[in-house]
Amino acid sequence: MATTLADDLRPLHHPHSWVTKYVWSQDHKVIAIQYSCTAIGIGLVALVLSALMRLQLGFPGAFPAIQPDNYLQFVSMHGMIMVVYLLTALLLGGFGNYLIPLMIGARDMVFPFVNMLSFWFYLLSVIVLVAGFFVPGGPTGAGWTLYPPQAISEGTPGHQWGIVTMLVSLAIFVAAFTMGGLNYVTTVLQARTRGMTLMRMPLSVWGIFTASVMGLLAFPALFVAAIMMLFDHLAGTSFFMPTMQSMGAITPTQGGSPLLFQHLFWFFGHPEVYIVALPAFGIVSDLISVHARRNIFGYRMMVWAIVIIGALSFLVWAHHMYVSGMNPYFGFFFATSTLIIAIPTAIKVYNWLLTLWRGDIHLRVPMLFAIAFIFTFIHGGLSGLFLGNVSVDVPLSDTFFVVAHFHMVMGVSPVLVIFGAIYHWYPKIFGRMWNETLGKLHFWITFLGVYAIFLPMHYLGILGVPRRYYALGETAFIPQSVHLANAWISIAALVVFCAQGLFFFNMIWSLFRGPRADPNPWGAASLEWLTPDTPPAHGNWGPHLPVVYRWAYDYSVPGAARDFIPQTEPQVEQRA
Amino acid sequence: MAQAVPDREVIAPTLREIASDWSADQEVFRHTHWGKAMMWIFLLSDTFIFSCFLTGYMTMRASAVLPWPNTAEVFALNIGGQELPLVLIAIMTFALISSSGTMAMAVNFGYQRDRRKTTALMLITALFGLVFLGMQAFEWSKLIFEEGVRPWYNPMGAPQFGATFFMITGFHGLHVTCGVILLLIIASKVARGHYDKAGDYSAVEIAGLYWHFVDLVWVFIFAFFYLW
Repeated sequence: MATTLADDLRPLHHPHSWVTKYVWSQDHKVIAIQYSCTAIGIGLVALVLSALMRLQLGFPGAFPAIQPDNYLQFVSMHGMIMVVYLLTALLLGGFGNYLIPLMIGARDMVFPFVNMLSFWFYLLSVIVLVAGFFVPGGPTGAGWTLYPPQAISEGTPGHQWGIVTMLVSLAIFVAAFTMGGLNYVTTVLQARTRGMTLMRMPLSVWGIFTASVMGLLAFPALFVAAIMMLFDHLAGTSFFMPTMQSMGAITPTQGGSPLLFQHLFWFFGHPEVYIVALPAFGIVSDLISVHARRNIFGYRMMVWAIVIIGALSFLVWAHHMYVSGMNPYFGFFFATSTLIIAIPTAIKVYNWLLTLWRGDIHLRVPMLFAIAFIFTFIHGGLSGLFLGNVSVDVPLSDTFFVVAHFHMVMGVSPVLVIFGAIYHWYPKIFGRMWNETLGKLHFWITFLGVYAIFLPMHYLGILGVPRRYYALGETAFIPQSVHLANAWISIAALVVFCAQGLFFFNMIWSLFRGPRADPNPWGAASLEWLTPDTPPAHGNWGPHLPVVYRWAYDYSVPGAARDFIPQTEPQVEQRA
Repeated sequence: MAQAVPDREVIAPTLREIASDWSADQEVFRHTHWGKAMMWIFLLSDTFIFSCFLTGYMTMRASAVLPWPNTAEVFALNIGGQELPLVLIAIMTFALISSSGTMAMAVNFGYQRDRRKTTALMLITALFGLVFLGMQAFEWSKLIFEEGVRPWYNPMGAPQFGATFFMITGFHGLHVTCGVILLLIIASKVARGHYDKAGDYSAVEIAGLYWHFVDLVWVFIFAFFYLW
């Protein structure tokens, strides 16, 4: 018989040995930590690549070890790793796995075995990706968008094997994500505890849930594009390959459509932006509400804004292709749908600000990162309005303005949220508290640093400095100030790069030496802080599941004994 | 009292029920096995994969520079000196659709806890699947060895014809293969009485969902690739 799953202890695979507890674990919390560590590990590789790029751009010629081919490979790998293997994996595989069962009052994901497989497939995809650095010809240098025909044509770095490892790795990643995503979505739909209606879920869960649904619908396009390009490269088909003159000879391929790849790629690529952004939106809403001791403003509106943004993001993909040579009339439709997304997004920003309004704001480290996110996100969002308009986009396309825009909106903003979230939930995950001073130092250097890096890039972009160039040289339209700005950006980037050491030192040191944390150090009302054990034990809730009576945002309720009321506390009418 | 209820009032309570299901706690799809919900969501995701394949194929066909072969002729069989267009595909489609029928019967007998009939019908379904795969192998080898079609080359015109054909039918064939394996595993579990002990035959229905989906996808491939 179909039963309510949540109370059932049978599907919990109780670990019996060290290996089943920490390695082949089916516990969502262990899987979450495995996911997070792998994602952060590969993210560090991408961070080092960005530092190398900045060394070349800031001081061209000073580092002869970085050749033009290497530079292009760094650009490509940095982009793909950051977007897919760090942000997507960390926000969904890491935070999704950890938070969903705890926040909705479940004992685990509905299908723990497949959840475990999801991580191991992800690890495999990362290994295949890293293998690209060691194959003949090195990793692909086609840019993270991997546009054919150039990605698989002679002359592009890594066209021999690097592109193959990249595409295979992506296909494996899609399989891994599908297994995880099915779990996240089904768990939210079918395994909530008593009293936990959808409209009582914390916004973090809403963000992760919507992003997972989007991932399940968007990643197929990437999968198909990767398979087709693999065929083009390995079997000599002409899906994306037109007839070309390459190395002085006519290629045997004919009739393929490079535009088709761009459509497939961006049908994945644009929802991907929101697959990263929506969990960040959700998490930041919770951080702001908890640390401002105020209920989130307009909860229902926030939920619907998340859902509407998710739906709309499937209708805007070709705004990445204004200069691709597609039918110019498409621009009208895609510009309109793009600008419509600004409405629900603006609603969210206003609601965050209104949550802060007259709040009892505690400027702890997680809150600092959350507020910083509002700054960088407004910033990146506004430059997005420029790029969403066809006539403004055309001159700005392929300049540093684009680089500045997407780093602000989908690089820096989610990363700030991730930092805030790690600081926020660290006491629950590891039962220890980190060092406040180091955390604040890390925050200020990172926050001011990203502005030092990315604000000048807008200026470079408006001047028309092209992106993905190895060196600018002495070109007439590029004034001297560009070189100065580039050197400045590089120095700022290196400072921010080094400052991340503070974060890692703080986290690792606190793991062993940090003071024992209170089970609910921030006085939060949502379920994950109410577990009987800190860190939560296998099965999360002891013998009985919690029962939920209210939403997750009862802060500073007039007349209440404390300034928060946990979700498990019955309503007054019901007690009377 | 036995008045005919206007349609409007029939629909409204249904909508209300949907709304109350979605706003209830614990489960959105009430009394539904989580595995069934998960399979539906997976199939939605898989639909997007096949849609991308088929959309890609249509784009390619529209933009191909060489003529597209006439599928009625390419997929004709010469039986008794008579050219029969699409006859093999017709039989393949018939086998697959029939297997959907036997699968539906298996699910029905599963819920009646009829172990023997469920097992038998699932095995028949798997057999239909194998027949389909066998004929697909025949079709592939005919195309490769007799017509000389390759993924990168097609003597009858656009090279995209061979490329999309092998990719899409291959991917679908892979799905059928997985389906046959899944059916055999579940059937053996049914035969061994695994689900009688667990008291839950949902696995049969979940496998059935996947199988019906694979059939449905074939109908679209049939329509868009062979009939167009």
